[in-house]
Amino acid sequence: MVDAFLNAGGRDMSLKDKFFEFNWGFLLLICAIASMGIAMLYSVADGNFDPWASRQAIRFGVALCILFVVAFVDIRVWMNLAYPSYGVALALLIGVEFIGFRGMGAQRWIDLGFIQLQPSELMKITLILALARYFHGLTLDQVSRIRFLVVPALMIGLPFYLTLRQPDLGTAVLIAVVGVVLLFMAGLAWRYFIVGGLAAVGAIPIAWSTLHEYQRQRVLTFLDPESDPLGAGYHILQSKIALGSGGVFGKGFMEGTQSHLNFLPEKHTDFIFTMLAEELGLVGGLTLLGLYIMVLMFGLTVGLQTRNQFGRLLAIGITINFFLYIFINIAMVMGLVPVVGVPLPLVSYGGTAMLTLMLGFGLLMSAYIHRNLEITRNPGAFW
Amino acid sequence: MLTDGTDNVRFKTFSRRAAILGGAQLLVFGGLASRMYYLQVLKSSEYQMLAEENRVNMRLLAPLRGEIDDRFGTVLASNRQNFRVLLIPEQTPDIEETLTKLNRIVPLSQTQRKRILRDARRSAAFLPITVSENLSWEQFAQVNIHEPDLPGIEPDVGETRHYPHAGALAHVVGYVAPVSESDLDDQDPLLKLPGFRIGKSGLERRLDKELRGSAGASHVEVNAYGRVIRELSKDPGTPGAKVELTLDMDLQKFATERLADEAAAAVVMDIHTGDVLASVSTPAYDPNDFNIGLSHATWNGLRDNPYKPLVNKTIAGQYPPGSTFKMVVAAAAVDSGLVDPRQKIRCTGKTTLGNHDFHCWKREGHGYLDMLGSLQHSCDTYFYEIAKKVGIDRIGEMAHRFGLGETYGYEVPGEKPGLVPTRGWKRATTGAPWQQGETLIAGIGQGYLLTTPLQLAVMTSRLANGGKAVTPRLVRTVGDENVTKTPSVDPIGVSDKALALVREGMNLVSNHPRGTAFRARLNDPGMSLAGKTGTAQVRRISRAERESGVLSNEEIEWRRRDHALFVAFAPVEEPRYAVSVVVEHGSSGSRAAAPVARDIMRLVLERDPSNQLARGPEAPGVDTPGLDAATPQREG
Repeated sequence: MVDAFLNAGGRDMSLKDKFFEFNWGFLLLICAIASMGIAMLYSVADGNFDPWASRQAIRFGVALCILFVVAFVDIRVWMNLAYPSYGVALALLIGVEFIGFRGMGAQRWIDLGFIQLQPSELMKITLILALARYFHGLTLDQVSRIRFLVVPALMIGLPFYLTLRQPDLGTAVLIAVVGVVLLFMAGLAWRYFIVGGLAAVGAIPIAWSTLHEYQRQRVLTFLDPESDPLGAGYHILQSKIALGSGGVFGKGFMEGTQSHLNFLPEKHTDFIFTMLAEELGLVGGLTLLGLYIMVLMFGLTVGLQTRNQFGRLLAIGITINFFLYIFINIAMVMGLVPVVGVPLPLVSYGGTAMLTLMLGFGLLMSAYIHRNLEITRNPGAFW
Repeated sequence: MLTDGTDNVRFKTFSRRAAILGGAQLLVFGGLASRMYYLQVLKSSEYQMLAEENRVNMRLLAPLRGEIDDRFGTVLASNRQNFRVLLIPEQTPDIEETLTKLNRIVPLSQTQRKRILRDARRSAAFLPITVSENLSWEQFAQVNIHEPDLPGIEPDVGETRHYPHAGALAHVVGYVAPVSESDLDDQDPLLKLPGFRIGKSGLERRLDKELRGSAGASHVEVNAYGRVIRELSKDPGTPGAKVELTLDMDLQKFATERLADEAAAAVVMDIHTGDVLASVSTPAYDPNDFNIGLSHATWNGLRDNPYKPLVNKTIAGQYPPGSTFKMVVAAAAVDSGLVDPRQKIRCTGKTTLGNHDFHCWKREGHGYLDMLGSLQHSCDTYFYEIAKKVGIDRIGEMAHRFGLGETYGYEVPGEKPGLVPTRGWKRATTGAPWQQGETLIAGIGQGYLLTTPLQLAVMTSRLANGGKAVTPRLVRTVGDENVTKTPSVDPIGVSDKALALVREGMNLVSNHPRGTAFRARLNDPGMSLAGKTGTAQVRRISRAERESGVLSNEEIEWRRRDHALFVAFAPVEEPRYAVSVVVEHGSSGSRAAAPVARDIMRLVLERDPSNQLARGPEAPGVDTPGLDAATPQREG
């Protein structure tokens, strides 16, 4: 049974083969990034492993195990699970409307008894799976036909609408962008993007009117942070001060004044990059950025080396999701985009994000391990 | 092959678009990196400054106020440790309970408790609140011992102004008190420090800037909530300048005690230099009370006291000089050439001018007296007569030569000019012309004439020093700077003949057996003084009263009794010191003022550097030599 699960179709690769196919350099890469995060969490607690660094390390360890398991499972298993898992995630997202509880001012969490789950996190992964699965089955010609676009539009639109309602603007935007990128990678004709882009610009005033007051405030504050230095603009301003004062080489590990004297908000979660850049300077910030680029390039390479469309789109989806996290978080703390609650992947403290992220990397690695597998457009069930 | 041909087409598109996506990602990361470069390199110094502003708070530190010393280095005003108790609200689970416990050691009134609780609610929980100040050492020690039982309570030692001689210097040194609204014209940030004190009166006020020093600063690291994490650097500031006065504290103290029960003033001056050796105004108040904070009751008591303890009588008490003015009249008469001092005038007890009788203090009259004799006996009739001859203009001019009606730029603020009336002055103030009778009254130092004890001391100094225009001085050094005024040697323009004559007259007053102050003469070995009594009327004696017999001072209420005055210089030969004593409503210059002046002068001469009996200028002692030897030996 286990063998069947690992090797859908009962052939091709043994566990040993997969072990050798696993990209250990990539593992090293994410371990390096996570280590930087754990070190910063150690610094946030003024040189203590409690309460953040130790728990983050344990979570990372657990998440690594999940990564291995997911990576070694045959890619076709994931392909077959794509629609059901999307269905579950969508159900949970709707469930949040009724049984979710509010955390941080927004309705985002669902308590399953043994774990508190953020269905929107799960949705990001399952959406990628589902879209990859859907476009795997289409020819390039079919992709750009309107009738084949109804399903993906619903796949993206439903979770987008639900997360926006929670309200969780950040995640909603992420879901939309990931979806659009997958449409792009699937080969959707350029004209759709041009028309869509123009429509989006036209929709801005409508979107503005539907935003919550605090969301509008964030956007306005972002546009002119100095207008309210002690109010909503305080976080951005203090973050920029922290970053800027770090200079090229930083103030030294555990020597960040802005962070240690609490001028910096949420420094163990959303603003951890600021703290890193304050203490380790431009050098530290660019190092982390460099590591991230290597991860992203690896993801792209996986897409280009994979011989099945599902794996390609999965790899790109996971990569682009990871990229968006990094971009939004870093751009936010540097005052380039409005403050939205997006963590810095692998570095910010937080369980759900870590788990979904590693789940995603597991899928990416599964696609890598099974990159030479060719799968028909309509393979049907395989176990 | 599991795949159909279409996958190759898909893959081509995918690869092309993956390249675009990868490029876009790199571009975005390039954007992030350049933003980092902009913030961390280009704008770094600006943000570093902002981070420092965030992190570092400057706290002003009050400098130590300059000490004030007398001429021998005795401390007149200094700083004393202020034992106080602070409360840090966050360190106690129950503020009220802590205060109740503390109350057993340091009594707290209901109002104080309310204030503390209010302060605790208003400020951040980690900021200390002052609970009580100026504790006794015993209380402070008790609080320290019980500190473990008093959560949140923190004993602390601050600095506060202290006047060791309390009231003896209240009017000269003055006092410091909390800053009030009106003081805030001064831009010194120190004034905004809570608990800061500034000079409000006396030299503390005049020399406030010098005594204050300049603010120090402590740079502390604070977190986002304002809590101090640590001190980064500390500049203690520049302490205020030390001020040295010409005063002799032992003399000051003696004179204060001697006049303690009176509303009185006394000034002792060096006639050549102008050094004020003592400047006493009684009763006084304790300047320490003003520093700590005066209760309403104490303030009202001071304000309503008929003896006027708040007034510095040496410079702001204006009294008719009475007979002490006769030296001025005599000098004016001699220098005018209109009066021959040897020519005798008969005193019948009164002089008549028009319908008015002008009485001599001696009802039965003095008979024939020349100028010296009339000074010796203080005959009023003689001075009515010569004043009539000389005229108010010459008398007034002479008064100014002796420094009356003048201010001297004295260091203690609040100097009053007194009044030397002139025709013009009278017309301007009352609209009426000058009456000759008023000249007669001025001849015996009454009427409109007003002088301050300081002016009387200056007058006496000038007549004793040979007519040099000496002015009083009180401050010798401020910090390292010698600010001693050079004594004036300008002649006041009075002939030696006139000066010699009035000096001899004063000598007779004190040393002739029939002089008015003979009973208060100074005849200790090697000592002598020459003086002049004055008894200044403060009420008008009616004709009816005069006929029925003038009431003696003992028979009338205190505030209507005559002022007692006495001025003197010493020694008689080669004088060096002058003294003036005014006892408000003291009834008689010879009985109330002269003995005090004599006692003061005795001590002055004892402490004179040239006196062999003194222990020397650097270690002066009030104790009589040989006191130890006189102490009875205890039987073994």
